[in-house]
Amino acid sequence: MPERIYVTVNGTRVEVPSGTTALAAVLSSGTSVIRRSVTAEPRGPLCGMGICFECRATVNGQRHCRTCQILCTDGMELRTDE
Amino acid sequence: MSSSVYDVIIIGAGIVGAACAAACAAEKMRVGIVEAQMIGGGATAAGMGHLVVMDDSEAQFALTHYSRYLWQELSAELPGDVEYERCGTVWIAADGDEMQAVAHKRQFYESRGVHAEILDSQSLSDAEPNLREGLPGGLLVPDDAVIYSPCAARFLVELARSGGAQLHLPCVVTELTSDGVRLNNGATLSARFTVIAGGTWSSTLLPGIAVKKRKGHLVITDRYPGFVRHQLVELGYLKSAHSMTKDSVAFNAQPRKTGQLLIGSSRQFDSDDAAIDHTILRRMLARAEQFIPGIARLSAIRSWTGFRAATPDKLPLIGAVPGRDHLFLATGHEGLGITTSLGTAQLLVSQLLQRTPEIPVDPYLPSRICEGVHA
Repeated sequence: MPERIYVTVNGTRVEVPSGTTALAAVLSSGTSVIRRSVTAEPRGPLCGMGICFECRATVNGQRHCRTCQILCTDGMELRTDE
Repeated sequence: MSSSVYDVIIIGAGIVGAACAAACAAEKMRVGIVEAQMIGGGATAAGMGHLVVMDDSEAQFALTHYSRYLWQELSAELPGDVEYERCGTVWIAADGDEMQAVAHKRQFYESRGVHAEILDSQSLSDAEPNLREGLPGGLLVPDDAVIYSPCAARFLVELARSGGAQLHLPCVVTELTSDGVRLNNGATLSARFTVIAGGTWSSTLLPGIAVKKRKGHLVITDRYPGFVRHQLVELGYLKSAHSMTKDSVAFNAQPRKTGQLLIGSSRQFDSDDAAIDHTILRRMLARAEQFIPGIARLSAIRSWTGFRAATPDKLPLIGAVPGRDHLFLATGHEGLGITTSLGTAQLLVSQLLQRTPEIPVDPYLPSRICEGVHA
């Protein structure tokens, strides 16, 4: 059994198994708009492998992190659409 | 083949050529602009777009101060895409010696009518919280500004065209004739005056003029609004800018209206290769990290190079080519062409129309270093 850990997505606590990507945690919280384009169009993940840059979100205060390339750690704070 | 007659032909539609064209058109001259590739596509697009008053020499001060004033005058007319922002420059002292230099720099500016404020360690930290702790201070020059230069060049070309100027693009000048130019499409353009404003390309048209390529690198980041608030330049910048032989880097960071951060700077002679030099790029970014430790966590989205048109005495060439009364130069602006484009244009016009210029033109005349040039 993988360990259960907790992260927050836009302030809401989400439980995920360890080994979960930050992107998967965001999606499992029900959030699908991860960021906005320069002209404020909604954007969501496309490639899931670090190439398309559409899953950028703020991770522990650091903006523009590719969440598909980051594994959740306990207590991680994720913010989308910033 | 076809031929056109102008009062003045401007070769090059970088920011300097564009400003010259706009200034000539404003004087009701018939202007032809010849551009080989695209408006503002050379050093204009590669540089930072910092409108800055410099104290390197009296002549450099005079031209940058006059030009910054002209930009301020023009700023209300600039379209939004030029992104004119009066963010000010902060010259950062890294040690006690440089803090002494800050006091001298302030004295130089204030005695010549340029407002400048000394920042102590705390006020520097308040003004720019992401700078490393413990820096002794700096000098804030609040009226300096930044622009997005390619759009400024396009605006100036449009200003010239609305005054009747004609743009020949894409057209390459293949020959300077006795009264104008011949183009690669076979057309000839004739004019009373021809102005070479081709940046580093100028010496391919007129071999022997004292303009050398000086390569630079820039990096732009993703959007981090507020991360840096002023154009930041290390005071040691001039040590780098003055070295005429060695490759050098100096910390220089600029906030864009978009929230992006432009990071420079590097200077290299004797390189014609436009490829990124990763060794010097690494040095440049390491230098930036010494001033802003958090810069290493930002995401860079693009890096590129460009070539400044450098002269031996760090001043541009503005005026008649010795022995060629109809042929003028407006080039050699090194890293200051965005700032000094507007002043250059006024100095050029005053020479073409034989008027008294607003500032003395002698320090910029090509005759000081271009004796015996023959086309």
